[in-house]
This record gives sequence, C-alpha cells and structure tokens, in this order.
Amino acid sequence: MLLKALTEANGVSGNERNVRELILNEIKNYCDQITVDSIGNIIAYKKGNGVDDKSIMLSSHMDEVGLIVTGITEAGFIKFKPVGGIDERILISKRVLIGEECIPGVIGIKAIHLQEPTERKNAVKIKNMYIDIGAKNKEDAEKKVSLGDFIAFDSEYIEFGHNMVKAKALDDRLGCAVLIEMLKEKYSFNLYACFTTQEEVGLRGAKVAAYTVKPDLALVVEGTTCSDVPGTEEYQYATRLGEGPAISIMDRASYSDRDLAMMLYHLGKKNHIKVQFKQTTFGGNDAGSILLTGIGVPTAAISVPCRYIHSPVSVMNKDDFEGCIKIVKLFLKELENKPIKKWEVIK
Amino acid sequence: MNTQEFLHSLSRSTGVSGHEYMYSKEIERVFHDFCDEVRSDELGNVIGIKKGNAENPKKVMLAAHMDEIGLMVKNIDEKGFISFVNIGGVDPRILLAQEVIVHGKEDLLGIIGAKPPHLQTENESNQAVKIEDLSIDVGLDYEKVKEIVSIGDTITFKAESKKLLNNYISGKSLDDRAGIIVIIECLKELKNFRHEADVFAVATVQEEVGLRGAIVSSYHINPDIGIAIDVCHGETPDASKEDTFSTGKGPVITLGPNIHPALSKKIREIANEYNIAYQTDVDPGNTGTDAWAIQVARSGIPTLLLSIPLRYMHTTVETLCFNDIKNAGRLLALFIQKLEGGLEELLCC
Amino acid sequence: MELLKKLTQTFGPSGNEEMVRELIIKEIRDFVDEINIDPLGNLITRKKGNGKKLMFAAHMDEIGLLVTYIDKDGFLRFSNIGGVSQYYSLFQKVMFKNGVVGVIGYNEKIENMKDLKLDKMYIDIGASNKEEAEKMVNIGDVACFLGEFHTNMNKVSSKALDDRIGCFILMEVIKSIQKHENDLYFVFTVQEELGLRGARTSAYSVDPDYAIAIDVTDTGDTPESKPMALKLGKGPAVKVKDSSIITHPFVRNLMIDTAKENNIPYQLEVLERGGTDSGAIHLTKGGIPSGVLSISTRYIHSPCEMVDMDDVKNGIKLLTLIAEKKL
Repeated sequence: MLLKALTEANGVSGNERNVRELILNEIKNYCDQITVDSIGNIIAYKKGNGVDDKSIMLSSHMDEVGLIVTGITEAGFIKFKPVGGIDERILISKRVLIGEECIPGVIGIKAIHLQEPTERKNAVKIKNMYIDIGAKNKEDAEKKVSLGDFIAFDSEYIEFGHNMVKAKALDDRLGCAVLIEMLKEKYSFNLYACFTTQEEVGLRGAKVAAYTVKPDLALVVEGTTCSDVPGTEEYQYATRLGEGPAISIMDRASYSDRDLAMMLYHLGKKNHIKVQFKQTTFGGNDAGSILLTGIGVPTAAISVPCRYIHSPVSVMNKDDFEGCIKIVKLFLKELENKPIKKWEVIK
Repeated sequence: MNTQEFLHSLSRSTGVSGHEYMYSKEIERVFHDFCDEVRSDELGNVIGIKKGNAENPKKVMLAAHMDEIGLMVKNIDEKGFISFVNIGGVDPRILLAQEVIVHGKEDLLGIIGAKPPHLQTENESNQAVKIEDLSIDVGLDYEKVKEIVSIGDTITFKAESKKLLNNYISGKSLDDRAGIIVIIECLKELKNFRHEADVFAVATVQEEVGLRGAIVSSYHINPDIGIAIDVCHGETPDASKEDTFSTGKGPVITLGPNIHPALSKKIREIANEYNIAYQTDVDPGNTGTDAWAIQVARSGIPTLLLSIPLRYMHTTVETLCFNDIKNAGRLLALFIQKLEGGLEELLCC
Repeated sequence: MELLKKLTQTFGPSGNEEMVRELIIKEIRDFVDEINIDPLGNLITRKKGNGKKLMFAAHMDEIGLLVTYIDKDGFLRFSNIGGVSQYYSLFQKVMFKNGVVGVIGYNEKIENMKDLKLDKMYIDIGASNKEEAEKMVNIGDVACFLGEFHTNMNKVSSKALDDRIGCFILMEVIKSIQKHENDLYFVFTVQEELGLRGARTSAYSVDPDYAIAIDVTDTGDTPESKPMALKLGKGPAVKVKDSSIITHPFVRNLMIDTAKENNIPYQLEVLERGGTDSGAIHLTKGGIPSGVLSISTRYIHSPCEMVDMDDVKNGIKLLTLIAEKKL
C-alpha cells in the first residue's frame, strides 16, 4: 500500500534518496520527462495537448523532520541535533533508526527512581540527550555509525480507530501520494509534479524547482497541524480532524491567491466533499518559496489535517485524505482549457 | 607573495558590510596576480576568473566574504558624543573600553568608555551593557564633530594584528579575511597544476548582514559547483567541546542538508589520499554562511563549505592557526584539480 | 490633499490591494505610457525613455486583520496581516471591505499591559450570534483599521500613511516630470508588509539598472524617544541602512548630490529595525544598486500616523529631479 511504503521510508531533510527512488519507481510510466536536480527534487513533467499552453505546478515535499548524528561519546553513545522543527519534549523514550543501514537505537532517559523531584519538573534538553545503540565504546559505535548520519523515527504505519492512520512523516508523504495519483490522469495543460526536498529546513527545494519550472500557477499539497485536542480553545484549532482537507488563506510564508483558494473551497462544497479553511496563520510551506519565483506565481495550498504532526505518531483521517485527492482532481479538471490570471496589460 | 603577511595586512584594513570598497582594491590587486580576469559586480563583489583548459569548462565558484562586522553612526548628541548601531553580530560586551575609528570625512579615533565603577549601581556591574546605552567619545565638541562626521558613517574597531606562538595569528576580521587568504593560497597552488574547470574566486560583500553578496554573485555566475570558505568556532576553555573545533588540526568540512553529499564525500577522500588533516562538522540546517545562499541560486547549485577554526569570533582578538589556512588552500586546489570530465556522475543524487 | 485623503482612506490590507490599485490607475492613466498588472497584483507603470532603467517603488498595502474564526456568539477571531501592534489595537475600530465596522475587544480582564496578546482579542461587529455574523463577514475576510485623515498646520495624520504617502509622492512625481531620458518605471507594490513580496517579483520583471523605494521611517523627535537623527519637517531622508539594506553608495550619493545642487533640505537615516521594498529589489538577479527615500513619520503602524507635508513636497521635488537627470 503506497502510503504505508512512503511513510515508512526514511528521508530526513538532506537525505531524501530512499523516498525519491520509491517515487521514481511509481511514476516512471506516467510522465513524459522526469528530472532530478542538484538538490534532489524530482520534477515530473506531463505534456499538455499543445493548445492549452499554461503550465501548472503541483508541489509536495519528500523530506521529513528527524535528527542527525553530531558526535559519539567515549562510552559509545550517539549525540545528535534536530533536523527541521521538532518539539524536544517528544524525543524521550522513543526508538530511532540511524543511517543507511537503519541501525536501531533508543533515546532513553534516567529512570524516574533515580531523579530528584526538581529534575522531574524540567523538560530534558536535546544537548543532554543521547541515543543508545548498544555499543561497547566509541570505537565499537564508529563501526556502525558516522558523523553526519541521518536519523529517522522508528514508527510503523498503522490503521486504527475509525478510519484513522498513525504513521511518521504523514507530513508530507501524504502529499506525495496525492501527486502520484494526479500523475495518472491526462490534462490539457502542461503539468509539473514536483516532489521537493528540504522543505523542513527552510522551503529550500521548492525555491529551486519553481525557478526551473517557472509555472503560471501552483498548488501545494501538504500535511498540516491539527490541534483539535484537549487543552486548546476552539478558536485555536488550526484545523479539525474529519472535517475534510483544509484550504490555506494565509501563513507566515505566503498569502494564497484568493481566487484559487475560493475555487478549491467551492469545488468541495459544490461536490459535497467536506472541506474547511485553515484557521491559524502560523508556520509556512513551499508555497512561500514558489510564490516569489520569477515574475511571481499565484499559489494556493490544500492540506490534510494531522494531529501530533512532526512526531513519530502523527494521525490523520483517511476520509480527509480521500477528500483531498478528490478536490485536487476537480481543481485540475476545472483549470483545463481555461485561461488563468497572468500579466494584465491595461495600457 | 607572502600570504601570512597579507593576512596581517587584510586584518588591519577596514571595510564594514556595505562598505567593502574601502579596501577591496587590495584584494583586486592580488587577484590580478593569479587570475586571467578580475571584475566587480553591481553590489561590489570582487570576482577573479582563472580559466581552466577544458573545451567547455565547468564553473567552480569559491566564495569568502570581505566584509567585517562594525558599527554605524546613528546620532550625534549635543555634547558631541556619537550613538551607534551595530552592523552584523556585535557582542556589546566587547565594546567597553574599546578603541574605534570613526570613518567620517577623515578618520577619527574614538573611545567607547564605561561608566566609572564607583558610579554604578550593584545591578549594573553584574549586567551586560546594551548598545543603546553606549556612545563614542571622539574628544571634540558638537560643532567640530558635525563638520567631520555624518549619520551613516561607518565605525571599525582599531586593533593590531599580532603573531602569537606556533604560527597562531590574532587580529580583528579574521572572519573572513582568513577565507580570502585560503582562496589566494588555492589560486597559488593552482598555478602549478592543470585544471579543467574555470575557477571564479569571489570576495563577497555583506555576508554578515544576510549573505547578500553571495545571493547576487551566485545568480550572476551560476556555477556548477559552489564552495564557501568561512570560519567556525575554535575550541576554548569556556565553550562546549561539541560546538567547537581544535585549531591547528586542519580545516573543517561540513556535512548536512546545506552540503551536497557527493561533494563532501569526494573532498574527504582527497584529504585522506593526500594526508591533509581535517575535522568534520555536522550542521542540521542553515550553516549561516554564503553556502546557504549559493545552494538555492537559480536552479540550485551543489555546494560545499570549508571552515577555518577561529577562537573568539566577532571580537577584536580573533585567533587562528595559519597552518589550517595553508592546508585548506591546498585541499581546495587538489579538489579543483581532480574535477575532471562531466560532473554528472559525481553530482547525481 | 484630496487625493492623499482618498488614498489613505481606501481599503487595502496586504493581499487585498485592488481598490488602491484602481484609484491609482484612474489618477495617473493619462500621464504614463504603459500600465501593467503582474500575477501578484503589482501595478507596474512606465514612462518610456531610451536611457538607463530606473525603478521607483512604493507599496499599496497597509497592515490589517484576517478573520480566522467566528464563534457561536458572533465574535470574530483574527490573525494579523503584517506588523500589527497589540498595544495599538485595543479598542480600535476596524472596517471590512464591504463597509462593516467592528471594534476590537479583549477576552479577559487586563491585569498587566505587558501580557497583552493579539490572540486574546476579538472583533465585535455587533452580531448576536454566528448566523447573524456570517451574513456580514466570512472567514478569510480582511479588515483595515479606521483612522481619519486630519490636517493641522503642516502636519497630516491618518491611518496608512505607510505607505500611501509613498504612493502619493510617486503619483505626483509622475505628473510633474517634464523631460526625461531615463526609462522610468513607477511600481506600486503589493504585500510589502508581509515581507517585501511584491517588490521581489516586480523587480525581477522590470530588471532595472537602479531602484529607489519610497517609504516611511521612524523619527527621534518625540518626548523621551530613542536617539535617532530624524525630525519631522527637516526634509525627506536618504536612507543609509536598515535591517533589509545598506543602500548603494551610487544611488545614495545621487540623492544627496541632487538635493544639495537644488537646495532641497534632506536628512540622513540609519534605522535599527525595519525593512523596505529596496531590501528585496537590491538582491534580485545579479544585484540592483538601490536606495530609499524615507518620509519621517511618527506613530508608524498606528491608526494615526503623522507626517509633515513639507517633507513630502521636498520628496516629490527631489525624486522628480532625479527621474529627469540623465544617468
């Protein structure tokens, strides 16, 4: 099952190779041309009918947040730093996989019995954490682990509850899965499906891909925060699980093109597909990079809500995911043979 | 060309971000000795081109920044004291009892003094000062100061460069004049080798205020490979071992998302083959150097970062071991020499 | 003055600049050779010439609020568009594009001003419940602050002088220019308050040889203000540095020399924090030498910003002379 394979593959920002190879294998028969650029983006091109000359870019990122090996202690424990934005508090008592060989390791913590009451009150800082791979000493560890090795969460894809999925990296393998679906259809316009790298460390791959493609319009498909959990006020929920994919209005990196955002929303409403607006404006995604490319690209973003995003246990609702696929398909069909907002000459 | 002497000379030169033209001619002159062509671009980056001998040469860009951190005149009060803002990351604590040069219509010596201890409250003596509470005393009255100094004039630190033991050098602005010397060392070595690629040696501007020179120069040159040369933190008693590197044990090669993995692998192989000592740094994101800008220029550029361990960064007593610079220059020259043929195989992801 | 008043009072938060754009097009239509709107909404106008390409930029957008949620009692929660100060927002009136006016309230007792947070505020449009509110306003709708336009002696106060004063100056320059050899582009940008976004893409399209942005800047002439050399009425300011740019010496000196040659008063500006469109323009493509003309403004990003019209008039004079100078 594609989403299972995608989320279980390890591809921390800067090391997306495994995910890239998986995707290349999936899409090779559906594209007219596939290129991989120097930062590792896949740019998959489907030619249009030759009459509709606009180019549309779909974008999802292949990378996930993770960790990277920054040191090995004399006793053989691994020191690390986070790659991308991770809440440090979730790291304790988790399993990880290190490097290309997926060496298993654990992030432990001093047993509660051995802690002072004051210690227990404070969150543990990353600089005091370490990964245990069972090595005897530094030399032993160095046989299996090197400086700069990337570390991913060890977390299985599991379907549970009522139509829910728990996995790591739903942000943004679910987006990649949506793009792969879209590549299976034919369109009147030129389609560029971009599977980007290094979104989590600064929307990097998308900046480069957008420069190469210079599309007329772009849609980003993402996984986004869903905070409809105890402890948050209703007006602070970014999105709600089960209420459908979320259309972005504005975030720290981009302001969605209003016409495109409304089109996505109304396509959902008209076709009785649950759809919501993203309620908060924190964070940013590849739309921020794409929109500012060249002469400017009208951009929108549609996201599937994920609880506990950026952790090994992100949770999404399969109906929201299916809804996202449906709306993106309708959106692309809607744009077929239609002129879009470009450069307007008044005088 | 005695590169160690030139480093001392560069360290004493002044050119704060945005004002590198105050001394960039010194670099242009030296580039002329080693390059086929020297030019500068719209923002003042100095670019020296040393041609390779291939038919369709690939382009390798080397970037080290010319600018230094410093200060700028914000206001002149009615007593003639000058208040200022920082250009780049200046630790306010180094400013107390510091000698500076105010570059007005003429250069003026200025003193940033501290409130005398017997006038300080108990709290004050324990707290770090803030830039907005400091001012520069040029020993002139308001009228005279206004004649010579304007709002926006730059201010640099007055600091001698010194030779310490064991080929160590201390001075201001070794960040990143050390990088410029690495490039010159590399160009020197390349004179003895045949190399296929065209080498673009770039002394970039405004790195300290946002990698600005690198952004425009990498767009302009659009190289096939970009290599930034900067400094990293040298080990000192008060800093953690994890974030610092030994001086004298070789340049530092960085790994991480900002760096192309095939390139970092190749340069380490070359270092091993030629017994050039090096150290490894792992950076999980923005390396904070020109490499971050170069990597995402246009359609993307495979990037490397080479750093010289430097103690007391962003002070007037930055300290490094010159041997690291020589070794870095040599390593870069070997790396460039070994770039043969099409780079597709090397760079394919 | 009427034009300036109309400009400031027009609705136009970042991403929603269309009404300002239409007003500008109507005013300057007959004075330019080309008018284009780019994919992001920047208004790019041109007075053709054979010489160097000179781009002037002023941003059309103002700060505002974005409705993100409507609660069951009809109160609206919002996010800021651009740098909205929580201190300036308390109990201010805001207006939506369709004319609906609301007040900003706070959802708890204010014990300490230091704890004031934007996300504890809401907009009250007087609706009794969600359904009533939804008849007037929807999620995604945007509001600007209300701030009347007043003149007092030489001073003007209003909301959105940042940067409608810049737009006004450019419009007056367009109308004042007599002969010019340079190829002049007057760009009214979008989304500056969100990060100089319109400037970045419009500079890519125009690809000028030089650029000058016109925007507001802080002053140091109010009681107990932080030391800063700028004062209202002492002339338009030539920017040396802010967080986004260290201005190019050629452009900076061009502005200073032109001012000196024509006896136009000017000030030099160093701003500690803050950026303008030139910050984005100068880093476009291979680099574009850029500068900034700043108008000293008190109370920036409040509903009652204040400028001195002498500075504005001198700014218009200076820019017109620069536009007409052969570069």
